[in-house]
Amino acid sequence: MAQVKVPDRPLSPHLQIYRLSWTMAMSIVHRVTGAANYFGAALVAIWLVAMASGPVAYDRVQWFFGSWIGRLILFGYTWSLIHHMLGGMRHLVWDFGHGMEPGTRFAMARYTLFASIPLTILIWIVGYMMR
Amino acid sequence: MVDNRADTRLDLRTPLARVKGLGAAGHGAEHWWLHRMTAVSNIPLIIAFVIIVVMLVGKPWEEAVRIAFHPLVALLLILTVVSVTMHMRLGMQIIIEDYVHDKGWKIAALIANNFYAVAIAVASLWAILKISFGVL
Repeated sequence: MAQVKVPDRPLSPHLQIYRLSWTMAMSIVHRVTGAANYFGAALVAIWLVAMASGPVAYDRVQWFFGSWIGRLILFGYTWSLIHHMLGGMRHLVWDFGHGMEPGTRFAMARYTLFASIPLTILIWIVGYMMR
Repeated sequence: MVDNRADTRLDLRTPLARVKGLGAAGHGAEHWWLHRMTAVSNIPLIIAFVIIVVMLVGKPWEEAVRIAFHPLVALLLILTVVSVTMHMRLGMQIIIEDYVHDKGWKIAALIANNFYAVAIAVASLWAILKISFGVL
């Protein structure tokens, strides 16, 4: 029987073909922050279980979260949550078909990044003031 | 399902396919829709969660538990855990389906994803309930 040769199908162009745009960058960041939040959820579970377990376990977890590495992780987690939330709001607006024009969609992508950083810092300033 | 297309007549599906609302995957837009719905519920819940965490920051155990013990705080935490774990399970499923093409690994990853989400949810809910029913 004759061998059926399947010709190489053309592949759809991917990341390396296109020039990086704001919407593309923020799409990637949205997925990365989503994955980070996924693993960060374990921190919340550990914290809650420690609180339910008693003062000894809670103090131990508090000590870790209070250390410089713990604070760095929590600061990153805060930013990741806020950025993913703002990115999600942007996607919800797009889901309704609004804000698709080039200028608008790039501005919306830009502002998720520009708003997430000061918001994160603001939350931490309030957090430190509440201590 | 919400249908916000401008013109619904532009539909090539048969009337039966449309009324069933199921696509090639066999479960229609359920995954997509649940993902959006939990995205919407996450917005107020995460804002509330951040406020609760800021209230608890640096507090000794007894004071922290007294805040978490409050019914409003406990209920908001329960809702947050349910909404967030559901949303993250759906989101990670998309990532797995996008990048893991080997069938065996894909099934393993999808199972692990479900187990992880349930473990996070159950551990967190157990902790909240234990605090609510009196750990002090």
